[in-house]
Amino acid sequence: MLHIDNLSATVADKPILKGLSLTVNAGEIHAIMGPNGAGKSTLAYTLGGRPGYDVTGGTATLDGQDILALAPHERAAAGLFLGFQYPVEIPGVSFVQFLRESANAQRKSRGEAPLSGGEFLKLAREKAGLLRMDMDMLKRPVNVGFSGGEKKRAEMVQMGILDPSLAVLDETDSGLDIDALRIVGEGINAIMRKPDKAVLLITHYQRLLDYVKPDFVHVLAGGRIVKSGGPELAHQLEEHGYEAVAA
Amino acid sequence: MTALALPTRRDEAFRYADLDALAPLWPLAPEIIEVAAGATGALAIVADGSAAQARELAITVADGGSFDLRVLNVGRAYGRIAVTVTLGKAAQFHIGAAQLGGGEQVLELVTEVRHAAPDAVSRQVVRSVLGGHATGTYLGKVAVARGADGTDAGQSVRAMLLTRTATANARPELEIYADDVKCEHGCAVGELDAAGLFYLESRGLPPELAKRLMLQAFIAEAFTGAADEDVLTEAALSALEALL
Repeated sequence: MLHIDNLSATVADKPILKGLSLTVNAGEIHAIMGPNGAGKSTLAYTLGGRPGYDVTGGTATLDGQDILALAPHERAAAGLFLGFQYPVEIPGVSFVQFLRESANAQRKSRGEAPLSGGEFLKLAREKAGLLRMDMDMLKRPVNVGFSGGEKKRAEMVQMGILDPSLAVLDETDSGLDIDALRIVGEGINAIMRKPDKAVLLITHYQRLLDYVKPDFVHVLAGGRIVKSGGPELAHQLEEHGYEAVAA
Repeated sequence: MTALALPTRRDEAFRYADLDALAPLWPLAPEIIEVAAGATGALAIVADGSAAQARELAITVADGGSFDLRVLNVGRAYGRIAVTVTLGKAAQFHIGAAQLGGGEQVLELVTEVRHAAPDAVSRQVVRSVLGGHATGTYLGKVAVARGADGTDAGQSVRAMLLTRTATANARPELEIYADDVKCEHGCAVGELDAAGLFYLESRGLPPELAKRLMLQAFIAEAFTGAADEDVLTEAALSALEALL
């Protein structure tokens, strides 16, 4: 599904990703762990197409399509969802309004019929319920006044509504208390644990992986994948630290 | 010089005015509005159309009264609204204004809010969206008289430039002669928040839709809570459509 080959990227002319390669197949969940400054968030933003993250080499394809050549909204329509570490507050724009327009923009570019207001609300209510989020919160301006945990749950509700084939989740576990962590973990499983979907889970800690069991774990350090393994690798990292395991 | 003489640019309140457009309208007859003690009043001004327009309002709000003024300044030529407000004890004044212009439009809002007695509250929310070679100006003075303790005055002034050739002038001004006052002013001229735009685009919204959505929200802030909020907002949004 996702093939990243020898990807290099800079932020403000500073090389961050230095020849990163990774393959994620449909039906798989991959965790990417690594120390601060390793390039984890840069990987997420580069895949999402955030301005200021410049690809200087290598390729990334999603279902065979060169996503690096696409604008951010086209990447979304191609099936990519980016879960933000710090979801942005947008005063005056409600979740419901912008998500319906987003979903329909995606559908239009895929040649599908738009969702009616009623159809959309039914879908939104279902996904909000999955994340135990009050539907009224989705009528509020995007992320404004939300706690850290609410923002992350709202990210997952958006993921559920937009129904991507690949989710790149950047530290979705940060800022979550134990109950919210479980709810978010179960949400990820319910939405993305399917044979035709895949997840790239970027995290610092083992704790989210107790709920969302990864098929593969990779260590990202110095802008490259330096070690890959199964779920046991995450436990080794937790026990011995990045330096000892990835050295 | 008489009061009837056309002002010059040396006059601060007319520094950015389109004097050629103003000349045929001069002198202006001030519109007097008086709100009695404890009474409430409201006015919505929609300055649109193709003719140059200039209005002067002199509003007095007596003790405990309140007045809500909304302004949509979108005239295709020159639009100038000048408002002087005098507030009595515990009086309230709210102005929400949006100015939207493109082409060679010159739009101005000039306010002077005088807190003449204690405990009055004033709020000013001004949002401008400017494209083409348009000029949008806000000159806003808050004057707090000696003894007007407990004054609470707020100015929130923001302008978005759609092109590098548009101009926004914003000058909030405070003149305070009392001790116990709360005056806040925020003033920003800029472009749309890039992080917000990327967030919306990452969900599948094309850039032009994301931009439109953020501008709509930006302008709507001027009319939040107005009696005819929907009508004003709709008129503002159709002016926005003409700019995009």
